Parts: sequence; C-alpha cells; structure tokens
Amino acid sequence: MDELTSAFIEESREQLADMEAGLLDLERQPGDVSNLGAIFRAAHTIKGASGVVECEYVENFTHQVESVLDRLRDGRLGVSQALVTLLLRCVDHMNKLVQAFAEGLPTPAEALLAAGKELTAQLLGYDQDLSARGADAETRAVEKSGGGLVATDYWHISVRFNPGVLKNGMDPLSFLRYLVTLGDITGIETLDDAMPAGEEMDAECCYLGFEIRFQSRATKSEIEAVFAFVQDDCSLRILPPDSLVAEFVELINSLPEDSMRLGEILVRIGALTQAELDASLAQQAEAPCAAADQSSALPRIGEVLVEQGLVQPEVVDAAVERQAQVSQKKAAESRMLRVHADKLDSLIAMVGELVIAGASAQLLARGHGGEMLEATSILARLVENIRDSALQLRMVQIGETFSRFHRVVRDVSKELGKDIELVVRGGDTELDKSLVEKLGDPLMHLVRNGLDHGIEPADVRRARGKPARGTLSLDARHDSGNVVIQVRDDGGGLNRERIRAKALERGLIQPAQTLTDQEIVNLIFEAGFSTAHSVSNLSGRGVGMDVVKRNIQALRGTVEVASEEGEGCTFTIRLPLTLAIIDGFLVEVGRASYVIPLEAVVECMELRDVSARRDYLNLRGEVLPFIRLRHVFGIEEPVSARESVVVIQFAGQRAGLVVDRLMGEFQTVIKPLGGIFRRLKGIAGSTILGSGEVALILDVQSLVHICSEKQNGSPQDAARAYCAPQLS
Amino acid sequence: MSAPRQIVIEQDLTIYNAAEIKRRLLDGMAASDSVELDLSRVFEMDSSGVQLLLFLKKEAQRLGKEARIVGHSPTVRETIDFLNLAARLGDPMVLPPAPQPPSQ
Repeated sequence: MDELTSAFIEESREQLADMEAGLLDLERQPGDVSNLGAIFRAAHTIKGASGVVECEYVENFTHQVESVLDRLRDGRLGVSQALVTLLLRCVDHMNKLVQAFAEGLPTPAEALLAAGKELTAQLLGYDQDLSARGADAETRAVEKSGGGLVATDYWHISVRFNPGVLKNGMDPLSFLRYLVTLGDITGIETLDDAMPAGEEMDAECCYLGFEIRFQSRATKSEIEAVFAFVQDDCSLRILPPDSLVAEFVELINSLPEDSMRLGEILVRIGALTQAELDASLAQQAEAPCAAADQSSALPRIGEVLVEQGLVQPEVVDAAVERQAQVSQKKAAESRMLRVHADKLDSLIAMVGELVIAGASAQLLARGHGGEMLEATSILARLVENIRDSALQLRMVQIGETFSRFHRVVRDVSKELGKDIELVVRGGDTELDKSLVEKLGDPLMHLVRNGLDHGIEPADVRRARGKPARGTLSLDARHDSGNVVIQVRDDGGGLNRERIRAKALERGLIQPAQTLTDQEIVNLIFEAGFSTAHSVSNLSGRGVGMDVVKRNIQALRGTVEVASEEGEGCTFTIRLPLTLAIIDGFLVEVGRASYVIPLEAVVECMELRDVSARRDYLNLRGEVLPFIRLRHVFGIEEPVSARESVVVIQFAGQRAGLVVDRLMGEFQTVIKPLGGIFRRLKGIAGSTILGSGEVALILDVQSLVHICSEKQNGSPQDAARAYCAPQLS
Repeated sequence: MSAPRQIVIEQDLTIYNAAEIKRRLLDGMAASDSVELDLSRVFEMDSSGVQLLLFLKKEAQRLGKEARIVGHSPTVRETIDFLNLAARLGDPMVLPPAPQPPSQ
C-alpha cells in the first residue's frame, strides 16, 4: 500500500468518525448549522480524497451522501430521526467501503454492493434533484466538483479603515498598492460614506473603505497578511472565489453602508450580475421578517439562487470547502506529528533502561556522598522528567473511546424501545494507548449490559417513580496512580435473590453457603452466568461478565460491581496508568528486596509494642490490620532489631506490611514474571536493581485482600472484621 | 456667478498637510460659489489626499456650489485611476479616464 493510499484510509476513518459524532449531535440539536457544515465538510473531504486515490466506489457513494447533506445544510430538507439513522448507516457503509479499499479490492464484495444499492435508493428518496436527473446524474455531478481546481478565482475583499489609521502613520493606499503585488485588482470602489460634512470632517482621520474584486492565486491568509499591519485599524472581510451569494448578502448586511448601494457596488465591480442582485433583493424583500440584522432567519439568497439554478451548488461549494480545508488542515498539521508506534516503543524501552542505569548510579553515589550524590540526583530528576514525557507520548485521552458509545447507546436504545441518555464525564482523562485499545471490548459489554438489563423500559420506570428517560454514565478519573472508569446505570439494580437462585441452579454455590451481598453480586463475574429472561442479540448469552473480568485482569486491573436495588448499579474498573514503569518504594526483608508501588504507600512507621501473635495495630484510633512479609514469603533469617510498617492503601482499604528495612523511593521498569509464576499471589512482577539483583514488585491489591480475608476469618474481634476504612 | 476661485496646491497632498489644505478648501468654498483646485504641482498623494478630493466634491454638492479639479499631476492621475475614482470626481483629466486597473 503506498503512502497516499494509507493516508487516505487513515484520514477517511477519522472523517467518518467525525461524521458519526456530528450526526449524533445533529439528532440532539437539529438546528446546529455549524455542525451540519462540519458533517458536510467531512463527507466532502472523503469524496475529494477518494477521487485522488481513484477509489470510485467510495467516491460515488459518498457523493450521494453528500448531496443529501447539502440539502440538509441548505434547509431544503429537514432533520428527522429516520434520516439520521439512514445517514449513520451510510457512514457504516462508507467505513466498510474504505475497509474494502484498504484490502486492495478493485470492487467491494457483492453483499456490500447490494447494501450500497439499497442505501442509495433510500438516499435518492431524500435527494429529489438527483433522482429526477436520472441514473447518469451521479457521474456528471461528481465531475462538476471533482476537478479540485476551480478556474475562476476572483476574491472579494471588503475593507473599512478606522479613523485613527492615518494618525498611526499608516496609509491605506499603500496597502492596496501592495495588494497588487499578489494579483490584479479587477474592480475597486472607494467608499466615503463615513465621512462627515463640513467642519466636522477631520482631514487627519480616515473615513475610507474599499470594495475590491481581486484576481489572484494567493491564499486567504496571504491576502490577510497584506493587511496585517493594519489589522487592528481596519475591519477586513475576504470572500473566497465563487462564494455563495448568501455570503455576499451577509457581507452586505454586516457593512455599515446602505444595502442597496452596496449591492450596486458589488454589481459594478463585477462580483454579482445585475440579474442576480435584482432577483435576490426582490426575494429578500418578500420574506416575512425583513430586518437586515436577522439575515439568518431569512431564506438565504444563495438558496434562492441555487434553487433557481443561477449558481451551481457543487462548484460554488467546492471553492468554499477548499478554502476551509486548507486552513483547517494547516492548523491541525502544524500541531500534530504522526510517529510510528514501534519508534515510540523503542524509545520507551530505552528510557526504561536509562531509568535502571540511573538508579544504579544513584545507589553507587550513596556510597560516595557529597558532590557525586548531588550530580546523580540532578541526573535522576532529569531521567524522571524524560520518563514522564516519554510515557506521556503514549497517553491518549479516553474521550475518543467513550464517544464511540454515543452511537451504541443510540442504536441499542432504539432497538430496545427505551429512551436512554449517555452522560460522559472525564473524557480528558489520559491513559496508555495500549490500555485504551484493550479497554474497548470490556466497556462495550458493560455498556450493553447496562442498556439491556440495567435500565428498565419507560413504563416500568414511570411506575417506579423515576424519570422515563434512563441515564447511563461513563466516568473516568485518576485516583492514586490508577485510572478509575465507572459505568453506571440508573436502572433496577441487580436482583440478589435471582442471582443467588441462578448460582444455585448452575452449581456455582452450595445451598448451605452464606454469602454477603457483595459476594452475591460478584457472582455475575463467574463464567456461564446470566440472569436475563430472554436471550437477546445484545447480551444475555452468559459470556459477558466473566470475559470482562478476565480482560480487565489481563491489564493488571480490577472490576467491581456495586448495586443498589431500584437505584441502578455501578461497575468500577481500576487500571494502572501504564504497563511499563512504576515509581516504587524499595524495602528489604532479610536479604531480599521488594518494591511496593509508591502510589499505594500512605505512610511508614516503626513497629513497636506489638506482640508476635497480634496482627493488627492502633493507627491513630483506627484498626490497621497488617501482615509480615517475612511470613508471606517464608523468610527465615533473623528478625531485624527494628521492624517497620508500611501502610498501603488500595480501593479505600488500608493495610500494613511489616518489613525489616525501608530503602526509599525507587523508579523501576516492570519485567513481567514468567508463565509458571502467574498463579503466585501477592507478586505483580519483578525488576532489576542497580546492583544487578532481582527485586519482586508486590501486588498491593492482592496483599490488601489477603489481609482483609485473614481479618474476616478471625472470630476474635468484631472490630477486626473490617479493614480500616479510608479516612475521608 | 463670479469667476472660479483658484486654489493651487503646491505641497504634497498628504497627511502632513491635510488639515491645512482642508482649511483652504473650506475657506475657498465659503468665499466663492465656484472653486477650482489646481493639482498640477502635487508630486505625492496619499489616502488623506484622496479623501480631501472626495470631501471637496461632497461639500460642494452639499452647499450647492461648484468645485472642479484641474491640472492633475501624473501622481494624482495615477492614484485616481488606481482607485477608480475618475467617474466619481467627474473632472476631465488630460488623459482619457481609464476604468481599468493600472498596468503592472
């Protein structure tokens, strides 16, 4: 695949994503003109680009979508739900066509073509012009704007200088003379309407304005640059070649002079023909509200002209779109850089090695002290910054993933006949790109599950005294080195009795077992569990939740469910920010080193006055259970004279880890453990110390869990049944 | 009607002299029903100069007087051509007024 093709495919996918998002917005706010414009531009860009890479099937189909969008944009067609649905299906179809092109197929598969035909037929229903013109219309119309370059390139420049411009030492005339270096002024009118009469006229003030018809190959920004020196001292309006007549009308309305007079001026310099102006003004006068400043409420003269066939929409639009695209692209390109993911990964791998080498240097420096220590700590700080920036390169906002669900929620709720709103919060939360990619499927399961099983039908909701419209929310936020993603619905919540009954039926639990509420709701993550009465094509096949759990666990994350009967339920996913490097806290037990993820460490203290048999202590009035790493890992070397407790926290629960020595903060690259160690509890990975020794990275989550299990199993003290709750 | 009152501009028609020239134009029109502005010695002209010419014509029309511009110097002629003002000002120039843009 050549570069052009891959660029086309990538760009098309982005544009299609934009179109989809735009269409969904359109459904919510049908009157948003700028949104319609953006959707149209996206379609137009795809059409243009597919012409460049000679992908006819995309080009032809997109053209038909575009003409319907054009009618929508002109207001000749109203926004309806059926139309948005159709257009969304068209976007899907275009995605498939682009995919077919990416696979190098000369023509798409039969089934795809048939689907395209069906969509085309529906589109034609909305695009009467096209159907009236017959079958050959599509090719003819494509030619009209597919050429790219438009031969006529008259710009219209309208400039009014502020009174102070002369006093500021600038001569408007010299700017016009400079303008001539960019092209030809084919028509110019000098306006002095602002000039007062008699004594009031100040000869040192400028009252002039100019309407200029300008022929040039220059870009809009180049023309604007001519007036850059006086940009604060003039009001400048530039209309690109072949602007819609409506834009001229807007120009006329926005200028201070009388609109009839301006109209005549435009005719005189050749921007409009007399016939166009007459017809336009006549139509404008007939409109019910004729106030000039309400031009947006009036039928646009451009529309009138387009309907009458005085201007050709494709040609006119092509020129306008080209202008918009050039400036948009330039702005976006100058800020974005596409880098191959492999390069990024190798950079991060090297930064990882740098971190280890830096840590080793620092350990050595501790033995030397003084200047050496100072130098290495500066180095360490820089390495830390480099590491953060390098990781930042891989960070993407989760919003993009979230926004995909707008479409899902829309389609699924339509299918189920429910009215559901998706609320997205924290879309700007960043996490590692590889995590985001793998998060899509589990989230999809949870969202669909919430839509299908969680939120009740509208009549049930009303009967329960809830608003008829259900709400599904997606939240993302950072929480002590983790990313927390919540999928929440305001539906009926989980039915514990039914879950219990089902679990019994499936043999997941024994009748005699007593389970806490939390344990019952967590049963839904067991393989083969589903309580849906009917198996729909959305969920209910019992493969959802256990897959979700496995996928999340594979990302070193956790998933939990909290449910409130009648209020809805919340799925909480916790993920590490990145998979590669952690800030650790180095501790020693005996001769072995362990790394505790720093973000989990709350505080450290000396272990005092604790008898060997007790495994909890009083932390400022709170019960803090602890475990001795010595016992967990079976270390038999003698206990050091002074043991310390590291207080760790996970998901609101606290626990203490008793260690021999605290070694301080330590940055480290996670090296995954081999497959045979996968089942080990309490260990998340390994790392290599600067000295070359291996240190194990502790899995805080499972250690806290072990701690609380142990407490729950102990009959002695009711207070010990719970881990110390998080201090709020 | 008395003989046109001659106003001969012997400086540049620029911002530096604009206020003074404007004074002379107004005084001239106050003193006579007919004013003739001689620009044959104007070697430089800027926007304020253009503005003064337009002002002269507008004032004359407003006051019901006559104002003519004569003896366009090449600079004045070129500027008037550039801004397509020949028809507006309506005075015969030595060269036929050309509505086309100046050649490059």
